[in-house]
Amino acid sequence: MTTQFAVRKVSKHFSKDGEDLVALREVDLDVEEGSFVVLLGRSGCGKSTLLNLLAGLTTATSGAITYQGEKITDVRTQVGYLTQQDTLMPWRDVQRNVEMPRELRGERREVRRAAAGQLIERVGLSGFEKSYPRELSGGMRRRASLARMLSGDPETLLLDEPFSALDAQLRTELQAELLRLWAGSGRTVVFVTHDIEEALLLADRVVVLGPLGRIVLDQEIDLPRPRDPDDMRVAPHFVALHRQLSAALKEGAL
Amino acid sequence: MTIESTAGSPVARATPGTAPPTGPLRIRTENTWRQRQGYRTMIWTARALVLVIFLVAWWLLSGPVLDPQFVGSPFGVAERLVEWTGNGVLWSNTWITVQEVVLGFLLGAVAGAVLAYLVAPVRAIWDVISPFVMALYAIPKVALAPLFIVWFGIGIDMKVLLAAVSVFFLVFLNTAVGVQEVDRGLIDAVRLMGASRRDVALKVILPASMTGLLTGLRVGIPYAVIGAVIGELVASNRGLGYLISDSSASFDTNGVFAALVVLSILATILNSLVSLISKRANRWKPLSAEG
Ligand SMILES: Nc1ncnc2c1ncn2[C@@H]1O[C@H](COP(=O)(O)OP(=O)(O)OP(=O)(O)O)[C@@H](O)[C@H]1O
Ligand SMILES: [Mg+2]
Repeated sequence: MTTQFAVRKVSKHFSKDGEDLVALREVDLDVEEGSFVVLLGRSGCGKSTLLNLLAGLTTATSGAITYQGEKITDVRTQVGYLTQQDTLMPWRDVQRNVEMPRELRGERREVRRAAAGQLIERVGLSGFEKSYPRELSGGMRRRASLARMLSGDPETLLLDEPFSALDAQLRTELQAELLRLWAGSGRTVVFVTHDIEEALLLADRVVVLGPLGRIVLDQEIDLPRPRDPDDMRVAPHFVALHRQLSAALKEGAL
Repeated sequence: MTIESTAGSPVARATPGTAPPTGPLRIRTENTWRQRQGYRTMIWTARALVLVIFLVAWWLLSGPVLDPQFVGSPFGVAERLVEWTGNGVLWSNTWITVQEVVLGFLLGAVAGAVLAYLVAPVRAIWDVISPFVMALYAIPKVALAPLFIVWFGIGIDMKVLLAAVSVFFLVFLNTAVGVQEVDRGLIDAVRLMGASRRDVALKVILPASMTGLLTGLRVGIPYAVIGAVIGELVASNRGLGYLISDSSASFDTNGVFAALVVLSILATILNSLVSLISKRANRWKPLSAEG
């Protein structure tokens, strides 16, 4: 197995008015190809900042990040990134938003339209193809964004709290959908959340981040798949892991 | 009234892999034409009423209270309009002004928009240039009239350019603001999809700044009319501005009002043309905002 992302002693500062705000300090992290890694951490601990760096949207203040051995200098289309805030084009309807990655690639209209239609159905937005983002609920916009990212067919997925705006039922459905997409595909997923249960249901490996992106705990999750949420909640091993992660989060807060 | 649920029966949804189709109910509204048009009819009736009240008041006051020499009268204005229509004065002069306004508007709008798209995306260029633009924008455009006469003579060019100058600044500034306020997140989003600089310009910056551009166009229209008419007032022997100055020189108040009426109608027509365009371009705005 090769390393997809290698993060070495990465720090990120934001300077403002002659003052530096340190968001990440000397973070080390490896993400193996084909793995499903969940980054778990309290609000403000630098999860989104780290994903921005992995996506190549910003550059590190110091340290180095490589993607498949190459230094990251710019964004790359093999990496799909579902950002925390909505970035659907407000002047495009759902259909045309989802088509966009393929449109930029120069794909023919009929081809990309068909592909977009399928993805829209998969995220449960059938019937809303012609709606504009502002006419959708927050969770529906989230699903549209997810469909848009998937339509680019990335080999690596960066997801920043993709399901936090959804109700429990829909979240379970989309988690299953994401796992189906990932399983056996060789795709790598880096998934950010602050929900311990979600982390345990999805991950091969959970990395708990403390303040400044300090790694508090790096835990393999060897629960058997498929993991049914209702069964899991009462499984002793699940409960033990839950307690462990919860303790790590508390420890990280100190 | 027929009710259609987009969700279908909740029990029927068991297909793995498809998220439950949730969403609002869609109710097909079968409002009558009368219901849909009700508000519009009311507004237009009220507008007509305001106009009629104004005209009647004018008509009643002119004579007994106000000196007709100064305020004219509705029938006097109508009479003058009929007379000018008959002898062709109205049409020939209106046509001149229409040409000046439209040409000036187009010239100013195109120049303003193109320049804004060239200058505004590059922060440094904008920072250098903007104080100069602001200084020039503050100049009353009337003050340019004598200068333009020296440069371009007293023909139609001078009026076209006077109209264009005012429109230019309004379109330029509004478009530039639109370009600069493009959400950084949207640009990052298309970069992540592999967009080239050209894609970013055409698929993000251009549509995102459309609102600013359209605002510029809309507020520019009256200024195009003002520019052209000022040009005609200062030096001309044709156009609606000339009709105004000519009528007032011969103490023909009704003539002045008649020309003003035609000018306002002209501005209204241009305005509704631009509103039509912006309605089409702003379809994505939320439903409620359209009214
Ligand atoms: N563009 C920026 N400019 C200045 N400071 C920033 C910027 N982006 C993030 N920060 C700071 O960096 C720190 C980490 O932010 P980040 O968005 O990575 O947190 P997070 O872990 O994603 O939190 P959340 O779970 O709330 O999304 C915060 O203290 C934040 O104030
Ligand atoms: Mg975040």
